[in-house]
Amino acid sequence: MIEKPEVQISIRHLDFFYGKSQALFDNNIDIYKNHITAIIGPSGCGKSTHIRTYNRIYELYRDQRAEGEILMDGQNLLSKEIDVIDLRRRVGMIFQKPSPFPMSVFDNVAYGLKLNYRIRGSELSDRVEMALKQAALWNEISDKLDNSGTALSGGQQQRLCIARAIAVEPEVLLMDEPCSAIDPIATAKIEELMLDLKSKYTIVIVTHNMQQAARVSDFTAFFYTGRIVEFGETDKLFTKPKEKQTEDYITGRFG
Amino acid sequence: MIILGILWELFRNSKLSLAKFGLGFLTSSQWNPVTEQFGALSGIFGTGMSTLIAMILAVPVGLVIALFLVELAPPKLSSFFGGAIELLAAVPSIIYGMWGLFVFAPFMATYIQPFLGKTLGFLPLFKGPPMGIGMLTAGIILALMILPYISSVTRDVFRMVPPVVKEAAYGVGATNWEVTNGVTMRYALKGIVGAGFLGLGRALGETMAVTFVIGNSHRISASLFASGNSIASTLANEFTEASEPMYLSSLIELGLVLFLVTMVFQVAAQVWLWSIKKKLAV
Amino acid sequence: MVVEYQKEIGGMMILIKSLKFRHIKNNIVKVISTLTASVGLFFLCWILYEVLKRGIGAYNWAFFTQLPTPPGIMGGGLVNAMVGTVLITLLATCVGTPLGILSGVYLSEFGKGTRIASAIRFINNVLVGIPSIIIGMFIYTLMVAPMKSFSAWAGMVALAIIMLPVMVRTTEDMLNMVPDALRESGLALGAPKWKVTVGVVFRAARSGILTGVLLAVARISGETAPLLFTVLNSPYWMKSLKEPVANLTVTIFNYAMSPYRDWITKAWGASLLIMMAVLGLAVFSRLLLRNKGTSN
Repeated sequence: MIEKPEVQISIRHLDFFYGKSQALFDNNIDIYKNHITAIIGPSGCGKSTHIRTYNRIYELYRDQRAEGEILMDGQNLLSKEIDVIDLRRRVGMIFQKPSPFPMSVFDNVAYGLKLNYRIRGSELSDRVEMALKQAALWNEISDKLDNSGTALSGGQQQRLCIARAIAVEPEVLLMDEPCSAIDPIATAKIEELMLDLKSKYTIVIVTHNMQQAARVSDFTAFFYTGRIVEFGETDKLFTKPKEKQTEDYITGRFG
Repeated sequence: MIILGILWELFRNSKLSLAKFGLGFLTSSQWNPVTEQFGALSGIFGTGMSTLIAMILAVPVGLVIALFLVELAPPKLSSFFGGAIELLAAVPSIIYGMWGLFVFAPFMATYIQPFLGKTLGFLPLFKGPPMGIGMLTAGIILALMILPYISSVTRDVFRMVPPVVKEAAYGVGATNWEVTNGVTMRYALKGIVGAGFLGLGRALGETMAVTFVIGNSHRISASLFASGNSIASTLANEFTEASEPMYLSSLIELGLVLFLVTMVFQVAAQVWLWSIKKKLAV
Repeated sequence: MVVEYQKEIGGMMILIKSLKFRHIKNNIVKVISTLTASVGLFFLCWILYEVLKRGIGAYNWAFFTQLPTPPGIMGGGLVNAMVGTVLITLLATCVGTPLGILSGVYLSEFGKGTRIASAIRFINNVLVGIPSIIIGMFIYTLMVAPMKSFSAWAGMVALAIIMLPVMVRTTEDMLNMVPDALRESGLALGAPKWKVTVGVVFRAARSGILTGVLLAVARISGETAPLLFTVLNSPYWMKSLKEPVANLTVTIFNYAMSPYRDWITKAWGASLLIMMAVLGLAVFSRLLLRNKGTSN
């Protein structure tokens, strides 16, 4: 842990609405650069909704909207001046269900690269290799790059998705319960991977598994019914929570 | 239970008729080789050509429309447009025929065909007097008729693409079009072919609309402006006048050809659709 | 137009594609697809408009009440054809609907998973796609030729056959949509299977099946080709079902191909009638489905 962590994203007064009903209420949080921030809380409390505002993926659905400020590098990500396409390249997302494209492993990773960069041939393969190495998948599939992405095991698929996301050099990685659909051994691999990745990327992970949050994250935010109840350094939050609600959740009294 | 019997009967009876016509086939080609052979050929050519034109027009348009309905349009607009397209399917064939003959053909003769003749007249496709009725017009009207089928099947296929994958594609920073092209299409490709089969089957057997506008001459010509005939249109036009048994049986034999062709396509389409369903259900 | 600039990534220089360009491409595609969709709408409106315009011109009191006059003589009406079409359609519906529904019930409730059911379903789907003219021809050889006369019976059978596979499919689909929980609760109360099917499941799917019937009726009322081979046409009132009966669709066909202006106008009038009936049924049944669906 660095002495004075730098804030990468600053969320101020974030509200979110599904149609007429409000799901997030006045969220305020700081995400620190090159650290892992975990977001925990019972199901349905708005964790996923929250991080889906960071890359504005909710905009795919017409009746969802967000209000407030998400500041990164001095710009409000929610404003109309931001190019959403570019934003999504800078803020990558890994989903709960591993979702490789119906193409070869190589093409999966190359997809974002080809879209965003003019890049070909050997440069492209180099970049793909780099991404797969960073995602700790290279050794397992270097000879199987032409296999379909959907033919891999769950854990491998998820690492493929990670490779796909980091291939385009994002600044932030959002992970929405990335391990909930895969087995414990693969989960351990991915957690290890996360610790490696944080030196290059800022990671925000949503998880319903408190032990996981305690294991990997530097900072943790506890969510309840759309509000951030408590936010702080992981060790402190888990050993000496300030709010009673936080303590109740951590000790398993609900959720 | 009852139906089992009836369906079975239907098939068996078709086979009986087939056998009867089978004889007609042999005798007619012997007796009137020139006319009948030629006749059948021009009918087949006409059916094939008009269907081809229809497919070339309808498949891309149907695809784009389905895309529009699923990805681009806001829900209210989507159901409105979708409903409108489906109404196109409900219009009876004969109405298309009336409209085709009295409204569209003159339009084609006055505006479109001269235009095509001037600009692309060097191609044998567009030579000849612009009469309005003819292969091209028939093809266009057929395209209109099968458009809703292609569009609605494709729409269903597009809907089956799992949203997670689409979100993942957007998540890497892709635009609407890029996601559609790269990801959605891959999932949908097989389904689109199935839709194509469906439209094809319908176009092949379409009778009244084609009859009205194709011109009904037993000719094969390279020009799209020329009139021709399709199997169905020949049957419709000449059946009532067929007094001699040979004439009649050759017409029936013509129908047999159409029946077999349609059957083949229908079965193929069914098998295809069935195999995709299995894949996607996994 | 394509602005490229270098960016250093991981020690390698890579050119970044212009965002603006990609946005523009995206927008162009959007515009094209909207236009294309409008094309479909445009044609529909055009057709509706023309039929309306030309059909109305044929309407007068005589049209709806009188019999056709000999060719070349103005005046007269198509009342016999109207009655004929309604009659044949109704008869065909009475035959085709129950059979279709029963088969649909079988496929969905009793035969599920059996190979016979799969076979029937397969054949049924193929049947749906058979061109109506071929069905007409088939009935011709089956009924008309042996009986030596065109008849309304033949037409009715032909239409019923066309209607059958559609009904089967719709019924099966609708019944499949009824959740199993409903069936199980019925059976759990100790009711025999057939009672559960008729009383519970059927009732739940009722509106959907009704829609199917309406749509099938709409479809066959617009059919021409099969009638051409079976019922033909007649300028008189019908006397019995064993002979050619006047109907609207074949009339349209005959009149349209004729050189008489009066007849062509009448053909438009008849077209408008058919169009209104068919579209009316189609729209009505959609609305029905929508309403019943929400009130469930």
